[in-house]
Amino acid sequence: MKKAQMKFMLLITGLLASTMSLAEYGLNLRKGVTEFSETAYEMHTFTLWICIVIGIVVFGAMIYSIFAHRKSKGYQPEQFSHSTTAEVIWTIIPILILVVIAIPATRALIQMENPTTEDGSRLPMEMTIKVTGYQWKWKYDYMEEGISFLSTLAKDSNEARQLVPKEERIDPFTVDNYLLEVDNPLVIPANTNIRFLLTADDVIHAWWVPDFGWKRDAIPGFINEAWTNVKTPGTYRGQCAELCGKDHGFMPIVVEVLSKEDYANWLADQRGEQAEEAVLLDKVWSEAELMAKGEEVYNTQCATCHQSDGSGMPPAFPALAGSDVVNGTIADQVELVVNGKPGTAMQAFGNLLSDADIAAAITYTRNSFGNSSGGLVQPAEVKSMKP
Amino acid sequence: MSQDITHDDVSHGHDHHDHDHKPKGFVKRWLMTTNHKDIGTLYLIFAFAMFIIGGAMAMIIRLELFQPGLQFVEPDFFNQMTTMHALIMVFGAVMPAFVGLANWMIPLMIGAPDMALPRMNNWSFWILPFAFTMLLSTLFMDGGAPAGGWTMYPPLVLQGGHNVGYLVFAVHMMGISSIMGAINVIATIMNMRAPNVGYLNMPLFVWTWLITAFLLIAVMPVLAGAVTMLLTDRYFDTSFFNAAGGGDPVLFQHIFWFFGHPEVYIMILPAFGVVSEIIPTFARKPLFGYVSMVYATAAIAFLSFIVWAHHMFSVGMPLGGELYFMYATMMIAVPTGVKIFNWVATMWKGSMTFETPMLFSLAFVILFTIGGFSGVMMALAPVDLQYHDTYFIVAHFHYVLVTGAVFGIIAGVYYWLPKWSGYMYSERMGKIHFWWSTISVNVLFFPQHFLGLAGMPRRIPDYSTQFAEFNMWSSIGGFAFGLAQVYFIYVVWKSVRGGKKATAQVWDGAKGLEWTVPSPAPHHTFEEFGPVDLDKMAHGKVH
Repeated sequence: MKKAQMKFMLLITGLLASTMSLAEYGLNLRKGVTEFSETAYEMHTFTLWICIVIGIVVFGAMIYSIFAHRKSKGYQPEQFSHSTTAEVIWTIIPILILVVIAIPATRALIQMENPTTEDGSRLPMEMTIKVTGYQWKWKYDYMEEGISFLSTLAKDSNEARQLVPKEERIDPFTVDNYLLEVDNPLVIPANTNIRFLLTADDVIHAWWVPDFGWKRDAIPGFINEAWTNVKTPGTYRGQCAELCGKDHGFMPIVVEVLSKEDYANWLADQRGEQAEEAVLLDKVWSEAELMAKGEEVYNTQCATCHQSDGSGMPPAFPALAGSDVVNGTIADQVELVVNGKPGTAMQAFGNLLSDADIAAAITYTRNSFGNSSGGLVQPAEVKSMKP
Repeated sequence: MSQDITHDDVSHGHDHHDHDHKPKGFVKRWLMTTNHKDIGTLYLIFAFAMFIIGGAMAMIIRLELFQPGLQFVEPDFFNQMTTMHALIMVFGAVMPAFVGLANWMIPLMIGAPDMALPRMNNWSFWILPFAFTMLLSTLFMDGGAPAGGWTMYPPLVLQGGHNVGYLVFAVHMMGISSIMGAINVIATIMNMRAPNVGYLNMPLFVWTWLITAFLLIAVMPVLAGAVTMLLTDRYFDTSFFNAAGGGDPVLFQHIFWFFGHPEVYIMILPAFGVVSEIIPTFARKPLFGYVSMVYATAAIAFLSFIVWAHHMFSVGMPLGGELYFMYATMMIAVPTGVKIFNWVATMWKGSMTFETPMLFSLAFVILFTIGGFSGVMMALAPVDLQYHDTYFIVAHFHYVLVTGAVFGIIAGVYYWLPKWSGYMYSERMGKIHFWWSTISVNVLFFPQHFLGLAGMPRRIPDYSTQFAEFNMWSSIGGFAFGLAQVYFIYVVWKSVRGGKKATAQVWDGAKGLEWTVPSPAPHHTFEEFGPVDLDKMAHGKVH
């Protein structure tokens, strides 16, 4: 008997130890770096253990019965068909267990939706970031700071994820943070209450960083709200979590959490850069400048659908090579790029890219892929044609 | 009085004339059939064909996910595969398979000569091949098949070119078929029971189907309405779901899941019925807690209408809404728990043997319960904000739908196949199929729990390298499970063609009117409407 008990204890500790080590191998939910994610982790673990215990009891009874009450052992069947006591017990006990689980869940949910400080007053938010989902990138607007930028899949991941013949393939294992790296990460300060406002421009997306403990849908026409306060500086990665079209799997989220001082420095740098860009909008660009910039913009913003050689993927994504629009008037093309085409994946780039980027990309398409409509489009022209 | 006698005489004469005369010729026998057994067979064959097509799509999905990077298909085609796989499995495989079982078994179980509305029965089946031809034809069109997910969320689904129209009309036709099938089931159960069979004498399979049929009638029109609004948004410039026109994209999700949640019970309740028939047979012991099983089924069906927004915890509902849907969802665990405990209590102190139907039923109880556990975990809204739209939910619904609904169907097929064909299947081959399926299905779906917890979103064609190992395991399990079902075709095909003759009783512990007719069941059964021997029914004499 004692030996059996020892064995049982060893088994249980073994199980406990293995679940702990499993967590390190990425088998379990992540604990994350916010109060909310830690609560979620604890509730997950608690509920999982309750399920495991119930599983051991129910499956244990079943397996015991399978081995003991079998015809091959000559077991004679009893003929009982109900027991009110048993049925009441196994109705009441689950209800009690559910109540025990529901209490912490309610508390966590209230703190997520209506956060309060310890004294019960409403938790003040120290900064607000607007997140807008686009097919297939994210835009971040720092509402008070006046900074905004796009965040798309990093170039090396994007090259490695193409469907190409075997000999041209890049091994994803050689790419750092394959599919979880972006060109411009969201940068936020640690230990700050940050409000997120989430919306989308085309279809529904969902913004999710597992280490923060929540995801929230970004829905066109709606503004959703969520909040976080990250304790530890670091880089945290996530992905779009709502199917949003062909490149749903290729719009990652990277958040760099800096200490408050580092964040202040980053903010100053950003402001400097945005001032420099404003100057570029007013100057007259040379053809070489426009084509170089245009190729860069085209390959990050347009090539996913229209392909880097302009061949497109008809009928959903038309070819630009030989296209009527690209070979038509500049005004028509600017109008299409700025306002997009509703009901399709062609989005309104007017709010998304700077006038310089739009001018360069249009110049590039009009002078590439065998198109010879020619002419240069200057940022000032785009600006004048915007509504 | 004299009229009654005349009527009896006429029907006797008719019986005699018609006895076991199957219509001659393929068109008359199958296309124009009004016989519940033949229509049941058609439904089952159709469902199996769809299961293989939907399964082939799953193989493409698992092939692409075998390793990181894109090797075989473009992301857009991948999305077409996930969308079509789900639509075909839900509407083409699982639902028609249960309607097939209902057609075959309900009249036999309640002592009815046929379904109540035999011509409508023919029509409700023959709509389906056209609906699915239309849906599948989109694969060969410009722009391809629908790729916005089986949930068809706007605005994304509206970006799919002309497949939107085909999708919507295919869904309409499937809905018409399901509603007619459900009306037929209800009419049969309410009007065609042998005169001494009361509601609480009916086998549990009949009960679960009666409740399922009400669910179908309640929610299929809701789905039809939702997709019709998609259609007018797409082609007639309405703005039901278009925010720019004053519409509401989230409204669609509410309507869809008001259909969608009862839908998942439509797919599982009949499976509950099947295993509730099988376990008592092979435990040689009456079903434990028959009446509480009926009430639990009804309770689950009722709750299924008031929990829909637990599919939407991340859309940004008000706190009160989230709390309500969390509590309501958790309550489902109570009646579901009652069912599981009752099955275990049925086995307890029985005298069990482990033929293939019993093995699949036992696996059903354990694996469905695992799916139930992850269901309870996801009911918790604050944690669901992590689980939602990851592989954790993919693992969850495949545990309840594959090892739940599909295992229930397979168990039912092995259980009743000797009654249908007149031959015993090979028990050895059945057991090979069982172990092969059960091991591979767990290799396929269990690692997906880990993938989801580690942060892998669902519906992505390519993934970060940290997810590589478990995806490879999952794919290997997937290929093995797919092959096992090809083997299943062979097992069934072989047993239909011949083998050991089945007795009328087939299983020594089986109770029910279906075991009182010869094997194979004659073309017409219970032609004389009259009382049946209640002692032959599992719950014929109320205990």
